[in-house]
Amino acid sequence: MRILVCVKRVPAPGAKIVLTSDGQDIDSSLLGFTISPHEECAIEEAVQIAERETGSVTVLTLGPPEAEEQLRAAVSVGADSIVLLPSAQPDWDPLPTAKALAAAIQNLESESGAPFDLILFGNESADSGGYQVGIRVARHLKRPMVTGIKGIDLEEGSVSARRETPGGWEVYRLPLPAVVGVKEGINLPRYPTLKGRMAARKSSLTEMEPLVGSSGQSKVTLLSPPDAGTSVEILGESPEAAVRVVDILEELGLL
Amino acid sequence: MSLLFLVEHKGGQIDDAVMGSLTGARQLASQLGVELHAMLIDPDAESAVNGLDTYGVEHIHVVSHELLTDYGPDAWAESLHQLARSSGAVAVMATGTDRGNEVMAQVGARMDLAMVANCLDIEPDAEDWVMTRVRWGGSLHEKARLSAPVKLATLAPHHTNPTSAGKPASGTVSRFTPDLDQSVTTTLVVERTTVSAGITLATAPVVVSGGRGVGSAEAFDIIEELADLLGGAVGCSRVVTNNGWKNHKFQVGQTGTVVAPDLYIACGISGAIQHWVGMMNAKNVLAINTDLDAPMVTKANWAIIADLHQVVPAISAEISRRQALADEST
Repeated sequence: MRILVCVKRVPAPGAKIVLTSDGQDIDSSLLGFTISPHEECAIEEAVQIAERETGSVTVLTLGPPEAEEQLRAAVSVGADSIVLLPSAQPDWDPLPTAKALAAAIQNLESESGAPFDLILFGNESADSGGYQVGIRVARHLKRPMVTGIKGIDLEEGSVSARRETPGGWEVYRLPLPAVVGVKEGINLPRYPTLKGRMAARKSSLTEMEPLVGSSGQSKVTLLSPPDAGTSVEILGESPEAAVRVVDILEELGLL
Repeated sequence: MSLLFLVEHKGGQIDDAVMGSLTGARQLASQLGVELHAMLIDPDAESAVNGLDTYGVEHIHVVSHELLTDYGPDAWAESLHQLARSSGAVAVMATGTDRGNEVMAQVGARMDLAMVANCLDIEPDAEDWVMTRVRWGGSLHEKARLSAPVKLATLAPHHTNPTSAGKPASGTVSRFTPDLDQSVTTTLVVERTTVSAGITLATAPVVVSGGRGVGSAEAFDIIEELADLLGGAVGCSRVVTNNGWKNHKFQVGQTGTVVAPDLYIACGISGAIQHWVGMMNAKNVLAINTDLDAPMVTKANWAIIADLHQVVPAISAEISRRQALADEST
């Protein structure tokens, strides 16, 4: 069982997102970087499947050279090999991103002589949230894909995937090779072990030149949404403030 | 020329999020000077058709095919793509729901054209459009320029209020049978299970939510007690699910559930972006936190600066006391 996971390096903002003065990017000078949360779960799911079924996990990213940090983090929690498509270009729109990833996947598969049985994506990236890169890659590779998945079961030649709906689950069954977009909650990602951290430092990194393209979509500027401008009323600094809270609950008609 | 809009319905019922974005699409169609067309997929599409004329839909395409047994991204996208081509649509759109985004991304992949997800505002021009869209779950916006022969987008849900058109459109109905083959069946829903009815986190009028400050799985008892008394739902932050104190289905946030209750009670939650975007549309926020400077406190309507382990049970006790008084007096 060969599994590929595609991830994206994104800033880890705390309580407020600050923009650069030209409005072209997030001011990340004081921020750390991470893998989008859905994708952390995609890596964990892939590692769990590989442990159960004896397989291997490859993690692929398109991003700045610094994205090596996120790939090594993937090794520290169980990924076997890592591939970087380095690009100095700061913003890749979904369509060219998908074409670059699909081309790289085709290269990796022709080198090894077999397709990845399963390719996992996060449902959407934390930062740009385009909801489409995985779907475009799957279409390019002529493989079935479903998104929003919070449960995966592998069967003989197929994958059963569950999507949470407001009052239950809907189940899909895709023939392998397939592509699945997973959501946080599918599992609880592990923390790296000391052994994992050692492996991450030693792991060799494969670099491939990304295919550069363009689409009709281009970013003009980023904007901070207008502040709601509410001012907080402090009801108290002790449990006695509970009386005021229940007054408010009555005023709001919630009791 | 038309703007073709995918109208999602559930057994013939259309929810407010879809009607709101359909309202946005009508305004856009009128700016463009094109007709608004709607596509609805069987089964039960006929019963959802009534009233769409008052929302300014000129033409309704009801799509049916023997392979359209349930939802499937390929079956739906293939149908929408074929209808868009045969009806000469200049723009194809849907609501930015799980399905809406998934189907429109599939349409974008089929047409090899850009698809702009979760738009808040669109300024249509003769050639290029400028669209304002959601980033970071809504804590950041992006202005993007789109140049494409057919414009593809989803409209952010709950952004435009559903309002009917000044004067009803003709709302004529016709049937469309797409050309589908077995390949679309690989992504059809094959099974459905229902877990629970009752109050869901997404629709509860009150959400009592706990964060890092709650401190343990056991300490959530006091959060649950208050939620029960208020007929509300329990929520939590990402730290709580990452620590294994609560199942992920309770998580409010960008990667969990997005809520918009009448009142959100945030207990021991600092208010990181990840969490804030999941509850920023709450009508009122009460923060209980020991830190006066926590972002959740500064952005709340009301706050109590004290230990939640004492405050939350005190609120529950006060509610019970008043209810007992009310029971005595009747």
